[in-house]
Amino acid sequence: MTLKYHIISTLVEDKPGVLQKVAGMFNRRGFNIDSITVGNSEVEGLSRMVITVHADEKGLEQVMKQLNKLIDVIKIKDITKKAVKRELCLVKVNIPNAKARAEIMQYSNIFRAHILDVTEETLMVELTGDKEKINAFISLLEGYGIKRIARTGLTAMSRGV
Amino acid sequence: MRGGEAIIESLKNMGVKTIFGYPGGQTIPFYDMLYDADIDHILVRHEQCAAHAADGYARASGRVGVCLATSGPGATNLVTGIGTAFMDSSPIVAITGQVPTHLIGNDAFQEADIIGITMPIVKHSFQPKDPDLIPSMIKTSFEIASTGRPGPVLIDVPKEVQEGELTKFDDTLIETPGYNPTIKGNIRQVKKARDLIKEAKRPLILAGAGVIISNACCELKKLAKTINAPVMTSLLGKGAIDETDDLALGMLGMHGRKVSNDYINESDLLIAIGVRFSDRTTGRLDSFVPETKVIHIDIDPAEIGKNVDVDLPIVGDARNILSSLNKVLDGYNPSAEVNDWADMIKAKKIELRPRVSYDDVPLKPQTVIKEISEALSPESILTTDVGQNQMWAAHFFDTQKPRKFISSGGLGTMGFGFPAAIGAKIACPDDPVVSINGDGGFLMVCQELATVREYDLPVIAVVLENRTLGMVYQWQSLLYNERHSQTLLGNSPDFVKLAESFGVSAERITKPGETKDALAKAIKDNEPVLLDVVIDSEEALPMLPPGAGINEMIGEYKLEKDVI
Ligand SMILES: Cc1ncc(C[n+]2csc(CCOP(=O)(O)OP(=O)(O)O)c2C)c(N)n1
Ligand SMILES: [Mg+2]
Repeated sequence: MTLKYHIISTLVEDKPGVLQKVAGMFNRRGFNIDSITVGNSEVEGLSRMVITVHADEKGLEQVMKQLNKLIDVIKIKDITKKAVKRELCLVKVNIPNAKARAEIMQYSNIFRAHILDVTEETLMVELTGDKEKINAFISLLEGYGIKRIARTGLTAMSRGV
Repeated sequence: MRGGEAIIESLKNMGVKTIFGYPGGQTIPFYDMLYDADIDHILVRHEQCAAHAADGYARASGRVGVCLATSGPGATNLVTGIGTAFMDSSPIVAITGQVPTHLIGNDAFQEADIIGITMPIVKHSFQPKDPDLIPSMIKTSFEIASTGRPGPVLIDVPKEVQEGELTKFDDTLIETPGYNPTIKGNIRQVKKARDLIKEAKRPLILAGAGVIISNACCELKKLAKTINAPVMTSLLGKGAIDETDDLALGMLGMHGRKVSNDYINESDLLIAIGVRFSDRTTGRLDSFVPETKVIHIDIDPAEIGKNVDVDLPIVGDARNILSSLNKVLDGYNPSAEVNDWADMIKAKKIELRPRVSYDDVPLKPQTVIKEISEALSPESILTTDVGQNQMWAAHFFDTQKPRKFISSGGLGTMGFGFPAAIGAKIACPDDPVVSINGDGGFLMVCQELATVREYDLPVIAVVLENRTLGMVYQWQSLLYNERHSQTLLGNSPDFVKLAESFGVSAERITKPGETKDALAKAIKDNEPVLLDVVIDSEEALPMLPPGAGINEMIGEYKLEKDVI
């Protein structure tokens, strides 16, 4: 039983309780959701949920089928193979001295991150990218002392038409 | 028209004649409107029993059963019944009152988030926030509950919505683009099934509740006869085939018939129809049909491959699939090998018939069940509770028709049998209805004696009195060094006096022959009756211990042929 990482994209009714139903189903069937993102889709009244989960093949099949059974779930797709993945991350980092400020701003440039807020002691940086890029950026900043991290979790879309 | 009246009107439009319920603060408006309505209401004495009665009604009739409870504790009391219906795919609609919308979320008096609480055990749920939505939601609830793989649907109606005036009565079905159950089986798969059947030398059929739910019993019989395949069933599949038929082997599983458990692994093709391969049916999975090809027919794609690996899945309605399978098998004649196999199994069935003839006192439960089956016509409905009583009934009672054996399989809910019998009696007033109960489980719902008396429902409650929580006691005897922790029930109550205090006549039975006579009389009198049958508390069915394979039963399997 090898657990693999999967990205499941679902189209669901935009109704109260749907997120609870979907999340509850994963939990009940013994799967841990790594991340879940929800927002409006291209169709009015429908939301798109992107769920990442670790599962073996049989588990994934079961999860997809159980998801399909939820009446509020309209479409589901495993997009792991063709996915373009993005996550947004906000980091508030300490600036011990002027040198640190310059370095952080330089790193931010390299990572194409944006500075959103500046105080005497802190910088707030916004970064978009896949998980690896964000992790790499965060580990660079760790030395300065991270005050706070807020990540959206992964959203994704399959390439092509 | 007000919301509550719209509920009643919609239920009537759905063909509902009787609902099971219990009022409370948040359903007073509804009950006030019910006062003048021409729909019957059975006042049960505990909401759990309203849900079980609706469930029993549904299982006996194939129609949606309806139960009703107030908000908060009334609604939470329904939960066990909803869960029971969910696990066994039974179509019920549960209507609950809710605190007025403006109070929701304030921890108002008797507020409970019943939608949230029941989320994992309903097929779907609704909460109308506007009386205009009621007709559509009720109609859609019935549609969802009864189609595809059936199951419970909850409608939670805030108090002011029950009272509010509708601007129009519009019962258009709510669009549910995410709900498209597959009914028709893929014909290519059906043809592949035919080919597998033609190649098979030792075919077997395993029939589950799905066969009964989809009314596919005639098609099943035709298939079994055409291909000469013996048929075993799951607990809930009892009645899918006439168990007195030569080809019917009886129940498979933890307490299954020896012939079924011993021979299933000898088959080279298993045609499983409308079963979910519960652990209680299969035993340890890796020693369940390890060398057998498996065809799995089920309406729920999520059941396919969930527990047992399948060689050929066919998703769809059992009746639809079996009738097209029968069509493509037209002209098929089983080979000599297949016929030899069937003959061998039929002979084994006779040889391994479980012993039911005893003249012991205290009574052997086997004999009690035998007498019950002798007293009942094939039309009679038998409901069971959970525990040894259930397994004795399932094991020794030959069910001859679908919807005549009603039992809580998936959830294994003690307290199900008696209220389910009330629902079954409402559904089938002309058929005798007998519930078999343990002395533990019956006490969980004995207050419903008031209900059967009040409404003159001639339900016969058989209580198998062994003064133990027998099933747990049996496990402790076999697997826990006879340390009978909290499974002895002592000597209270006197079940005869208990029944009589409700105005229900009762009889204590201690000797062979008495059960049959008492039942015959009760059926003739057409009155509610309780039979308190004192049985041998040390009697236990052979079983699969946890982790054992299907053919590894422990305990002595006594055979009828050994009776001198
Ligand atoms: C509501 C509920 N509680 C507990 C159990 C666990 N349980 C299963 S069988 C059983 C014993 C039942 O005793 P009784 O009703 O006397 O039936 P018997 O086994 O003696 O026939 C128990 C406690 C259950 N199935 N349901
Ligand atoms: Mg008992």
